[in-house]
Amino acid sequence: MGLNDLLNHTSEWLKGTGPHSDIVISSRVRLARNIDKLPFPHWGNKKQSEQVLKAIEEAIQRIDYLKPTTVFKLSDIDSLDKQFLIERHLMSIEHAQKADNKAIVIDEDEVLTIMINEEDHIRMQVMQSGFNLFEAWNIINKIDDSLAKELRIAFLPDWGYLTACPTNTGTGMRGSVMLHLPALVITRQIDRVLAAISKLSFTTRGLYGEGTQASGNFFQISNQVSLGHSEEGIIDNLTGLIRQIIEQENQARQAMFSKNQAVLEDRINRSLGILRSAHIISSQETIELLSMVRLGADLGIIKDIDRRRINELFIITLPAHLQKTENKKLTSIERDVKRAELIRNKLNLSEA
Amino acid sequence: MLCDICGKNQATVHLTEIIDEQMNELHLCEDCARQKSAQMEQQFGLSDLLAGLAEFEKPAKEAESISLKCSNCGLTHADFKKIGRLGCGECYTSFKKYLGPLLKRIHGSNQHMGKSPLKVTKVLKKKIDLQDLRNSLQKAIEQEAFEEAAKIRDQIREMERKFSQEQSNDTEEKDGTK
Repeated sequence: MGLNDLLNHTSEWLKGTGPHSDIVISSRVRLARNIDKLPFPHWGNKKQSEQVLKAIEEAIQRIDYLKPTTVFKLSDIDSLDKQFLIERHLMSIEHAQKADNKAIVIDEDEVLTIMINEEDHIRMQVMQSGFNLFEAWNIINKIDDSLAKELRIAFLPDWGYLTACPTNTGTGMRGSVMLHLPALVITRQIDRVLAAISKLSFTTRGLYGEGTQASGNFFQISNQVSLGHSEEGIIDNLTGLIRQIIEQENQARQAMFSKNQAVLEDRINRSLGILRSAHIISSQETIELLSMVRLGADLGIIKDIDRRRINELFIITLPAHLQKTENKKLTSIERDVKRAELIRNKLNLSEA
Repeated sequence: MLCDICGKNQATVHLTEIIDEQMNELHLCEDCARQKSAQMEQQFGLSDLLAGLAEFEKPAKEAESISLKCSNCGLTHADFKKIGRLGCGECYTSFKKYLGPLLKRIHGSNQHMGKSPLKVTKVLKKKIDLQDLRNSLQKAIEQEAFEEAAKIRDQIREMERKFSQEQSNDTEEKDGTK
């Protein structure tokens, strides 16, 4: 598999299927693991990070069901492809920064990725479409068990898995759920909800993880505490919290629909109108308008565009995706023109 | 003008938020404004605060702790305070005395309850589940959610019953009386 094969392929998490997929875009579980005694990536030298990479690569090859995965060395990937992987949520921004012996392992369906020599020796994640945290946990748990049979993992019975940053010590696990909450934003209830989330020691991040802004009404919610609870306990707590947020978003949607139907229909259809006719459009404006169109599709106000097509548009209109589709470097204004063209083509398809 | 959030105190702080090109004016009293700015500060990454957290130690111990060094990777405690990252798994043992309280401050606990790379026995897993339930019972009581608490209490009783039953079954199996 080459990176370009991913371009013509819809990631599993973008399929718009799975429980509560009107509000929950994706569920993800990641585990941080390190090899016993070897220094963490930021502290080791070139030879040591090479040793880490080799040991993990060999371990993966010995695990039968991981054989269909492909290993990409970051030194072989250009900056456009790195950006492309970040846009697809397969890689963290930190992993794209230059350091020795980094690699990323990706499976065909883009369900599993393993980052090697990121902040920890191993950062693996499993991503599922919709509200599916337990499913994601079950998959990654099995992979973790297989890896533990091949590698000596840094672990202490009292403190669990040992990680470079003490904020990940213990389970080394972070469960995150990406939510689309337009009604809570429009009705200005979102601040109250986010404040409640942080009081319960969960965190909210933007679309691309740590340190990124929330945009297009997308919020990523994850556990902050990784020590003192079992993995199932953490996932259970997060699941309970997400259920409540889904309930609140649903209530806000219903209230908007019954009280301000005309205003809502106007805003949603104007958004679609702009997307269908614009000739120059930025990625920020695209995300905001697509968010309204997605809400319209969820509420049945827009009937001729399905969720999967909207989900895809969120990704394929991003800068690196546009440039890979066009197969050349584009300036910012060239991108805005190409983006508008692509959106017009995709959204006017049903009328053609 | 009264505060937009609490509706009780006089509004003295005036904020303008712009969300989705919509301007939103907020008139707040001092208390609510302070809370709102605290919320905004909470959005900073936890790891940024780590170095700061480590500073909480008593100054008397400072000299001793600074010279501490991990024998496996050579990272000193001073290095850790500067970069907020440990050097290797062995550092956790080298700096055990200082990391225990730090982990407790970060996670509210310093006892791992999750899986282990060694084979997790069935019994251990059940014990962990029970502990999780007890934790949520405690939380429910603190939040005065007594209906919820009663439900959890019944779950715990049921699990404890099953647990002791299974253990006696296990002994029977070993005795060959199955």
